[in-house]
Order: sequence, then C-alpha cells, then structure tokens
Amino acid sequence: MRDAALLEIKTIDAFYGDFQALFKVSLSIDAGQIIAVIGANGAGKSTLLKTIAGLIHPHRGEILFKGARVTGLPAFDVVRHGIALVPEGRRLFPSLTVEENLLIGGQSGRPGPWSIARVCELFPVLAERRNLPAPALSGGQQQMAAIGRALMANPQLLLCDEISLGLAPIVVRDIYSRLPQIAAEGLSLIIVEQDIAQALRAASHVYCLQEGRVALEGSARDLTRETISAAYFGV
Amino acid sequence: MTSMQWFNIVLQGVLIGGLYAMFAAGLSLIFGVMRLVNIAHGDLIVLAAYVALVVTQAMGINPLVSLLFVVPIMALVGYALQRGLLNRTLGDDLLPPLLVTFGLSIIIQNGLLELFTADSRRLQAGAIEIQTFELLQGVWVGALPLLQFVIAVAAIAGLQILFYRTALGRAFRATSDDQPVAQLMGLDTRHVFAMAMALSLAVIAIAGVFLAVRTNFDPAIGPARLIFGFEAVIIGGLGSMWGTLAGGVILGVSQAVGAQIDPGWQLLAGHIVFLAILAVRPQGLFPRVSG
Repeated sequence: MRDAALLEIKTIDAFYGDFQALFKVSLSIDAGQIIAVIGANGAGKSTLLKTIAGLIHPHRGEILFKGARVTGLPAFDVVRHGIALVPEGRRLFPSLTVEENLLIGGQSGRPGPWSIARVCELFPVLAERRNLPAPALSGGQQQMAAIGRALMANPQLLLCDEISLGLAPIVVRDIYSRLPQIAAEGLSLIIVEQDIAQALRAASHVYCLQEGRVALEGSARDLTRETISAAYFGV
Repeated sequence: MTSMQWFNIVLQGVLIGGLYAMFAAGLSLIFGVMRLVNIAHGDLIVLAAYVALVVTQAMGINPLVSLLFVVPIMALVGYALQRGLLNRTLGDDLLPPLLVTFGLSIIIQNGLLELFTADSRRLQAGAIEIQTFELLQGVWVGALPLLQFVIAVAAIAGLQILFYRTALGRAFRATSDDQPVAQLMGLDTRHVFAMAMALSLAVIAIAGVFLAVRTNFDPAIGPARLIFGFEAVIIGGLGSMWGTLAGGVILGVSQAVGAQIDPGWQLLAGHIVFLAILAVRPQGLFPRVSG
C-alpha cells in the first residue's frame, strides 16, 4: 500500500440526475503520474471527473486530496486546492477573448509556474490569437486554450475530459505530444479518453470503466489489447 | 411653434432620458449576468428614494450629498437580497425568480405604505433646483436635469468600463456565458451574482435620488418606473450599455414630444414608439454582437 497518494478516491457512488453513474469506484494517483480512464459512452468517465472537480457530489464514499477530504466541496473551492478540469467539449467562454479566458483560469490566485506567457510558450499558436474572441479559434486551438485556461490555475492535478473529441488525428497527436511538458512541471494528469491507443501511449496506469464500475485496472504496459477489449465491451 | 421651441422640447426629453437609462442599466445588467427579470426593480428605485428621504432628514444634508450614503446602503441591500433570497430562486427555470421578485415588489410597496403612509413626498435639493443657464441663444436648461444627465452618462460609461476592462466584469461575462465552467475556474457564482445585484442597486440609488428630487413620489409609483426601464432596455437592445442610454433618450424624447402634441399623450407616445421599435426591430437598436 502506498501511503501518500496525491488523490485517493474511496468507493464513491455518484448520480447523474436520477441515474446512478458510479458504483463503488476507487482510484488513486501519485504525484507526477499520468493515468488514463477509458470506457465506452455512458461508462461514467465524465461523471467521475466532474465528481472529483466538485461539480457533482458523491452520495457515498470520500475523496482525499493531499490527505485532506475534498468530498462535497463546491467546484470553486476544489480548484483552489489545486485540481483543475478541462471540460468535455472545451467550453471556452464565447464572449471573452482568448486572453480573457486564460485570465479567468488564473482567477483562483494559486501561485505557480503558469502564466499567459508560459501557456503561449507551450502552445505558440495561441500567442498571435490571444486578442481574438474564443469562438474564432479552430477546434484544436480551442482545445489548447481550454488546457491553457486550466493550467492557469496552477493545479497539482489536471483532469482532461476527452481532449480528442471532434479533432483531426494529427491535431490530437500534436496536443498529446505536449502533455509530457505539462507533466514535467510536476503535475499529475487524469486523462479520460475514448481513443484508447492515444490514452495508452500517454499514461502509465489505466482504469477501465464499464457501466459505472471499475472493470479493469493495471499498468499500461502490462495490459493486452484483448483484456482491455473484454473490459471495455463487457464481453 | 418655432424650431427653437421644438429643439428645446427635444433637449428636455434627452435630459430626462438619462434618468430612464439609469432605471434601465441595472435591469439590463441583472438580466445579462443571471437571466433574472427583476419585477421589483421599480419598487427598489422607490425604496432608494425613501432611504434618501430618511438620510436627508436624519442628517440634515442635501439629497445630492446623501448619495454618499444611499449608494452604499442600496449596494449592501442588493448583495444581501441576492445572497439571502434571489440566489435560491435561480435555476434552469425563468419562472421562480419572476414570481419571487413579483412578491418582493408587493412587499416593498406595502412596507413603504406602512412606514411612510401614501402621502406624496419630495426631496428638496435647494438652490440648484431653480438654477438655469442659457446653453444656446434662446435655449435654457436647468442645472439639475443637466447634472442628472451627466451623471447618467458617467454611470453608463463606468458600467461599460467595469464590464469590459476589469476582473469583476470578466467574471460577470464568464458567469453569464457558462455557470458551471465559471465555477470550475474558481468563481463563486453566488458571490458574482450578489456583486451584480449590488452594482445594479447602486445605480438604482442614484436614479432614485434624482427621481425624488425631480418629482413627487409615493410607495405606489415603482411599477411605472419598471415599465420605463424595460422599454429603454428593449429599445436599446439587451446587453449593450450605450444602447441602454440611447433607449432611455429615445423614450424621453418621445414622451416630451408627445406631451407637446397633447398633455395626455406623454406616456402614450413613449409606449407607441416602444411598440413600433419592438415590431420593426425586436432585437433592439443596438444589440450585442456576439461571435
């Protein structure tokens, strides 16, 4: 048993509306680690991230971050503790410019290495577009801005929900190629993906969700395609 | 009538339009940030007038000086009202806040009636009330209407700068765009909404004091001010502060010109122009251009 996980989720049950989306899900991640959560549509992946971020409160179980309970804290408080979410579908603020979106990301006032300049260094394409309204960016650029906006909170844990959604494969590879640079700042990442190959390449550890339960868990290197398929489709 | 007299009438309409713009600005701000239609807005204007009445009488100061107290008092009332009551009514449904502010409107009217009776009141601003000067040859304006207009323009400009140039304004716009994601960014939306209501009532406080110096007021005049505010917002187009000022001015001029045609036409002319613009340009004259 490791004693000092960065995030420790203990047997949480969570509901999405009236529908129970998570059943006794447990998960842990260490500092500097990248883990992937995979699963089919409706397996509960997004609900899991929203629950960690405080947008959904679990009915049972608890979430420990740096050893302290963050279960039930409102989302605006969770981000101040150092957990930032890149939401599914990017969800940039459409009436704000790219730069204003980044500034809102830094609203929580946590100290750390990330600034607008640093984000533009990571994604140079944003630098020249920082004064454009967010909807003027392409899908890939919006995804970069959404990741940058989350990084502006100087999180210790970054939650990425379906980064690849609706993007061309070449753009997805481009974005994924920068994740190691992000992790190099000492961040831990939880990546939720439907694109399994991409997730397995980036992560060291994989959780596979199926109908709200952890169906499979293991090191990315040890899991074979067959075992993952079995857990993924439940066959 | 000479063209100079008409010019004078239009000018008076423009100046009163500043007051309508202040009625409208707070309404527009609240709707823009949290999609709340505040039916009690007019009654809160009247409440501000009574707060000014109490402050001026208790401290023996000029109503214009009383703004130093009335504005912060109303801002605090707004913050508390939002945190304590209105935040609980917000959700996906527009109806609960509508019903609750409608109830609030009745409570404020009857509360004021109980405390201050139905007697008409007026704030006395002293010598400035009768000061006039000649703007152009043959065109005289009162110092008070002019001051009111200048302050209205300053208030609108201030709101515009706050909305587009400050961190608070950024938080307003982000929360208006996407509430859950705003929370993910560390914004406590309950606080953001309460700040918006505080700001709205701060503007109301200025409007209420000028209203009370210009005309007689009693506890029942709120709903009519709400209508003027609504009309100015719709004419100008939702979400644009300068549009709101233009809306207020158009309403003011319509009323002034209508009153010249027939004294009974003052309010009617304003409503007709409002309906005409609503029919021809339902999005208002200056809608916010969004991407």
